[in-house]
Amino acid sequence: MLSGGALVLGAYFSPGVVRAAPTVDTPADRAAFHPNVFLGIETDGTVYIIAHRSEMGNGSRTALPRVLADELDADWNRVRIVQAVGDPRYGSQDTDASASIREFFEIMRAAGASARLMLLRAAAVQWSVPVSECGSGLHVVRHAPTDRQSTYGDLASAASRLPVPKKEDLQFKPRSAWRYIGKDASLYDLEDICTGKAQYGNDVRLEGMVYASIERPPVLGGKVKSCQDQEALRVPGVRQTVLIEPFKPPHALQPLGGVAVIADNTWAAFQGRKKIKVVWENGPNAAYNSDQFKKELQQTARQPGLVVRNEGDVDAEFAKGGKIFEAEYYLPHLAHATMEPPVAVADVRDAQITVWVPTQNPQSVQETVAQAMGMPKENVTCHVTLLGDGFGRKSFGDFAVEAAVLSKKLGQPVKVVWSREDDIKFDYYLPVAAVYLKAALNSGGKPTAWLQRSAFPPINSTFDATAIHGGWELKGNWIEAPYDIPNLRIENGPAQAHVRLGWLRAVASNYHTFAVQSFVDELAHHAGRDPLEYLLDLWGPPRILNLNPPHYPPEPGHPLDIGRLRRVAEMAAEKAGWGKRRLGQGHGLGIAAQRYSFTYVASVVEVEVTDKGELRIPRIDTAVDAGTAINPAYIKAQLEGAAVFGTSIARSGEITATNGAIDQSNFYDYPVARITEAPYQTNVYVLDSEAPPSGVGEPGVSVIPPALSNAIFAATGKRIRELPLSKHRLQ
Amino acid sequence: MADWAIAHSWGIRLLKGGSALVRAEGGDLMIQVKVNGVERSFHGDREMPLLWYLRDVLGLTGTKFACGMALCGACTVHRDGEAIRSCVVPVRDVAGAEITTIEGIAEKGLHPVQKAWMEFNVPQCGYCQAGQIMQAIALLRSKARPSDQDIDELMSGNICRCGTYQRIRAAIKAAAKGAS
Repeated sequence: MLSGGALVLGAYFSPGVVRAAPTVDTPADRAAFHPNVFLGIETDGTVYIIAHRSEMGNGSRTALPRVLADELDADWNRVRIVQAVGDPRYGSQDTDASASIREFFEIMRAAGASARLMLLRAAAVQWSVPVSECGSGLHVVRHAPTDRQSTYGDLASAASRLPVPKKEDLQFKPRSAWRYIGKDASLYDLEDICTGKAQYGNDVRLEGMVYASIERPPVLGGKVKSCQDQEALRVPGVRQTVLIEPFKPPHALQPLGGVAVIADNTWAAFQGRKKIKVVWENGPNAAYNSDQFKKELQQTARQPGLVVRNEGDVDAEFAKGGKIFEAEYYLPHLAHATMEPPVAVADVRDAQITVWVPTQNPQSVQETVAQAMGMPKENVTCHVTLLGDGFGRKSFGDFAVEAAVLSKKLGQPVKVVWSREDDIKFDYYLPVAAVYLKAALNSGGKPTAWLQRSAFPPINSTFDATAIHGGWELKGNWIEAPYDIPNLRIENGPAQAHVRLGWLRAVASNYHTFAVQSFVDELAHHAGRDPLEYLLDLWGPPRILNLNPPHYPPEPGHPLDIGRLRRVAEMAAEKAGWGKRRLGQGHGLGIAAQRYSFTYVASVVEVEVTDKGELRIPRIDTAVDAGTAINPAYIKAQLEGAAVFGTSIARSGEITATNGAIDQSNFYDYPVARITEAPYQTNVYVLDSEAPPSGVGEPGVSVIPPALSNAIFAATGKRIRELPLSKHRLQ
Repeated sequence: MADWAIAHSWGIRLLKGGSALVRAEGGDLMIQVKVNGVERSFHGDREMPLLWYLRDVLGLTGTKFACGMALCGACTVHRDGEAIRSCVVPVRDVAGAEITTIEGIAEKGLHPVQKAWMEFNVPQCGYCQAGQIMQAIALLRSKARPSDQDIDELMSGNICRCGTYQRIRAAIKAAAKGAS
């Protein structure tokens, strides 16, 4: 059962040994029994479990500790969760790629099983009985033959004196004995959230803290030419302005530079900011205009590109002169628009740097802040608050660096508060993308040759200014292309970045899956076939697909299982009453499916398009197979939320630039789905399996735009090849 | 269960509210306002939105900042029982009023709407939920048994980026049922 994760277990299970520089001792470290970095048990029975991944609504702060608690046989009511600071001893804390459960399920189980074995051994010694006769109950060790029992608290001190077990000695519970894994659970922070006690980034307040609002260069790479701050300094509460140096390329996670207004409170900082007059030197990115760039990108997508996967002979098949179908799709830049805009607090005192950040990646913050301060990273302590959404934006620690830079200059704690306008205008945007698809069709309308090509400025440009080709954006479902087609080629066209680019929930699948799953629907209608039946035919019979495209080998442990893919599509369709349910006037159903983050997901979207062209989404049925389900109730919640997120992308998500500056600024010109625009009801069906758990944060997002678009076609006969829908008349 | 465990590890004392972070020279007249039942006097910039008075001056951080333009509802509080967007209401407009925030909404224990929120596991990241709850409580005061249309109308000013809308709808209906 222990796979990849087991290799690094040794590191986690030698408390005190691997820690290079302990920055903050947690209650788990200080507990009487501290068998590994994730756990501490006090003599009163309190169990401290470390949440080392960030919580932004993803649920891992609840789910991972429950996995540990399960193997420990701990009473969940006696568990206290402690949020970790950034510290390499925990392994990766980079909370992205829907990877928390996938990467740490086995490690958490082993952490729990290891501690439980030590408690059993401690009891066996005390009672002078063989450890094999001892077993655990809820928070206790029992010896059935003599009817003795001892609590975990009572055993904590004795257990702490025992050696950490070898991993081959660990015994794991059978699935049938799981207490928490696979059982519905509420979020650990539920009550705190509902009562306003939960602490997010902006809720951190320190003694002597000042507030900063930063005027940043509107064009990426811009520099301050001159700044007039006299009027700003007259605003009550404004203390001073501070110049922040521009970055040295690549921009990576460095601050954009600009002028910070320092004040006694957030409002004064905002007001002062309105009064400063900065003249910018914009640089070459001022030539970036979205209208023009779109034309160039579409042109690139029509030209041969870098071949990343090639099977059979696509060109020969196209040259035969049979039926050919081609289509182009386009998705603009998207902004994350996390409910909580970026915010960070820093306190830089000589060599000790402390930051409080709603970050998805505290280790990265440590490193980036350390670099900016010219200090070793061990001098930086990064506390992680709750995140008011993340969506990938908070993987980038630029705002934490801003706070640290200012705190160092001012010699006092600083909170940098981003306004919503800052958030929308200075994001790490999802790349704009053009996708070109071409198929040669047999008499039944099934492709005999398939060419898919996408062009987008790569996210890697953030770290490598010369990058023009996609990297891992091409991995996963784009390169897998799990079709039963003999001739298949996948290409990538080059494109230059002119704004900061980054990951956004479901990342490249947002444009790739929109294009491919729309195209499949188009092909089905072209052939006069049912889209579901056509989709299943395209995938072919249930089987394991062993793909090995050059440069992109599949990840071990997660074989591409066409049977599971078919099952979610069939389940979503069946639950939605596909082909059976009577739909009202102006209603239509559309389907889309994919494997993403090793999770199989399919959604059937029902739309209603009124005579006036208004769009409503009465219902979505989503089936998801994420392998072993840790918290099924929360998987449902994630997929409900994914449906709304996907709806926002489809309906209104569009970021554009004029002369290098972003045109949008707040929810009035970057609208996101409100209760009236969101799906009225999303039904989620969780297919449990014994496969290793996979991710649930992202996969459900990117099936929504194509399923929605396909439903609009079913309802109106109108085909949408370019998002957002707000650009189209639907009636 | 309620303690946010990170607090244990914070080496620096956190301000618990009441700090005089606002300089007095900006304001001339003192403003009296009752917040969660406590009489307060405000001496600062009278144009400061209530949101920042609550958060930065009083330390009541349950009310959230998200858009600054009354577009998203995250900052919703009650003025004399009615929902307002505290990010655009200057302190001068609440002189003499009674302000209630998420911290003060329950007279004892949890408000029935908070209970409904927990029963339906509404929150994901949770950042907007204080505003959603405050808006929902105000909604139920004006519509004891709200229809879907009422909910659409009165909750559409509150954005949730996690997409918890269907649970918000269900929780409001359940709270309405429980109250009648």
